[in-house]
Amino acid sequence: MMKLSKYVLYDILRSKIIIAYTLFLFVVSISMFQMEENSSKAMLSLLNIVLIVLPLVSLVFTTIHYYNSYEFIELMSSQPMSRTRILLSEFAGVSISLLIGVGIPVLLFSADATGFALVFTGMCLTLVFASIAFLASVIARDKARGIGFSLLLWFYFALIYDGLVLLILFSFSDYPLEKLTLLLSALNPIDLGRIFIMLKMDVSALMGYTGALYKDFFGSGTGILFTTGIMMLWMVLPLWMAVRKFKKKDL
Amino acid sequence: MIRIEHINKRFRKLQVLDNVSASFTKGQVVSLIGPNGSGKTTLIKSILGMVRPDSGKIYVEEQLVNSDHTYREKIGYMPQIGRYPDNMKIGQLFKMLQNIRNTPVEKLDKTLIEKFELEKIFEKPMRTLSGGTRQKVSAALAFLFDPAILILDEPTAGLDPLSSEILKEKILVEKKKNKLILITSHILADLDELTTHIMYMQEGKMQFFKDMEALQEETGELRLGKAIARIMKGEQFNNEWIDKMLEIKNDEKIY
Repeated sequence: MMKLSKYVLYDILRSKIIIAYTLFLFVVSISMFQMEENSSKAMLSLLNIVLIVLPLVSLVFTTIHYYNSYEFIELMSSQPMSRTRILLSEFAGVSISLLIGVGIPVLLFSADATGFALVFTGMCLTLVFASIAFLASVIARDKARGIGFSLLLWFYFALIYDGLVLLILFSFSDYPLEKLTLLLSALNPIDLGRIFIMLKMDVSALMGYTGALYKDFFGSGTGILFTTGIMMLWMVLPLWMAVRKFKKKDL
Repeated sequence: MIRIEHINKRFRKLQVLDNVSASFTKGQVVSLIGPNGSGKTTLIKSILGMVRPDSGKIYVEEQLVNSDHTYREKIGYMPQIGRYPDNMKIGQLFKMLQNIRNTPVEKLDKTLIEKFELEKIFEKPMRTLSGGTRQKVSAALAFLFDPAILILDEPTAGLDPLSSEILKEKILVEKKKNKLILITSHILADLDELTTHIMYMQEGKMQFFKDMEALQEETGELRLGKAIARIMKGEQFNNEWIDKMLEIKNDEKIY
C-alpha cells in the first residue's frame, strides 16, 4: 500500500501548494504567539483557525487533488491492483501531506496538554474532512460539482449547523436539553473538536450550566474515549462509504 | 483467452453495449473497428474492469473479471489518452509500475523505451511532455511487462510516422510470440498488415466478427478498408463513416 502512496505524496509535495500551506500555518501560529503575551490566549485565537481553516483547506485540497489525479487513478485501475487499495493509497498520500504542516509551531511554543489537544484536534479534523471530501468527489461526476459539494459541506459543518443547534435550543428552552446538546455536538466533528479543546483550556465556566455538564462528561475518561471514538467514526465512515461507491463506479 | 458473454451496458438513456458476445484466443490480432461512440472503448474498459457492465460476464483466461484483480497482470493496456501525475518524472513512472507489478528486471521488455529513446528524457516531468511523447510513454508501458494480452486503444493516433512504424513493428514481433492483441483504430491502413480478425461494432452492437481471409474471400477485396466498405454497402448499414475513410485513402493516392 505504501508503494503507491509514496508516489502520490511525492507528486503532491512537488506541487508546492502544501509547502505554502505549511508556511501559512507556521506564520499564523508564530505571529499569534508573538502578539499575545498569554500563550493560552494565543491558543484560543489559534483554535478558531484550526476549526475554520483546517477543514476548509482539507476539503478543497482533497477534492481538487482527486479530480486532478483522475486519469492516474484510471491508469492504476488498469494495473493488477484492487480499487480499494488505489483509493486508500490516494487517501493516505493526501492526508499525510496535509498533516505535515499542522502543529509544529504550536508544540514549539506550548508543549503542554492544551497544545497537544489543539494539535490532536487539528489532525483529527484534517483527516475527517479529507475523508468526507473523498466521499463527495467519488459521488459527484465533475470537478465543479465536487468542489461545490465540498464547500457546501464545509458551510454546513462550520456555520449552518451551529445555527440549527441554537435554533433548537432556543425553541425548546423550556425543556431539559443537556443530553440532547451532548448528542448534537457528536454529530458535528468541528463542534466536537471545539468542546474538547475548550475543556482542556479550563474556559468551560464561560459556557454556563451546559459547560458544567460538558466538563462532567467530556472531562472524564469515558468522555475522552467517546470523543476519540466519534472522531474515528467520522474518519472511517465516509471513507468506507467512498470505497464502497468507488468499487462500483465506472471510470 | 478472453470470453465475453452477453454483456450490456447503459449510460442513462444510451445503450453503449447491447448484448455483445465474443471470444478471442491466443495468436489473434483482433481489430475493433466502428464509428465514434460505437462502444469500442467501453468494451475494452469492461475487459479491464474499469467499467462495470450491467449484465453479462467476461472471463480472462477463465478468471471472472471483477471478482479479483490479479488477471490484470496478464494484460498490457495502452489508453487512448494517457495522462499521468503532473510532477512525476518519466523514469519514476516506469519505476513505480515496476514496483507495483513486482516484475524482476530481467523479465522486462525495454525495446520500446530504447527505440523511442525515452531514457534521454527520463528526468523530465510528465506535465512538460507533448501529446505524442505521452503516447510513446503509454506504448512503452503497455509492452514493458511482456504481457500475454495486449490491449491498444488508438495506438498510432498522435504518433509521428517514424514512431508509428516502430510501434507497428513491435506489434508484429509480439504477434509472432503467439499473444492476443486487441487494437482499435480509425486508420484502417495501419491495421492492414497486422490484423488477423475483424470485429465490427455499431451503436453498441457487434455487427460481425470474422477472420481476415474470410472477409477477403467474401468481398473479393484485399484491402481492409475496401473489404469493409463492401460488406457495409451490401448489408445496408449506415456506411457514411466508411465512405469517409475511403475518401482519405483516395486523397493519399495523389501524392
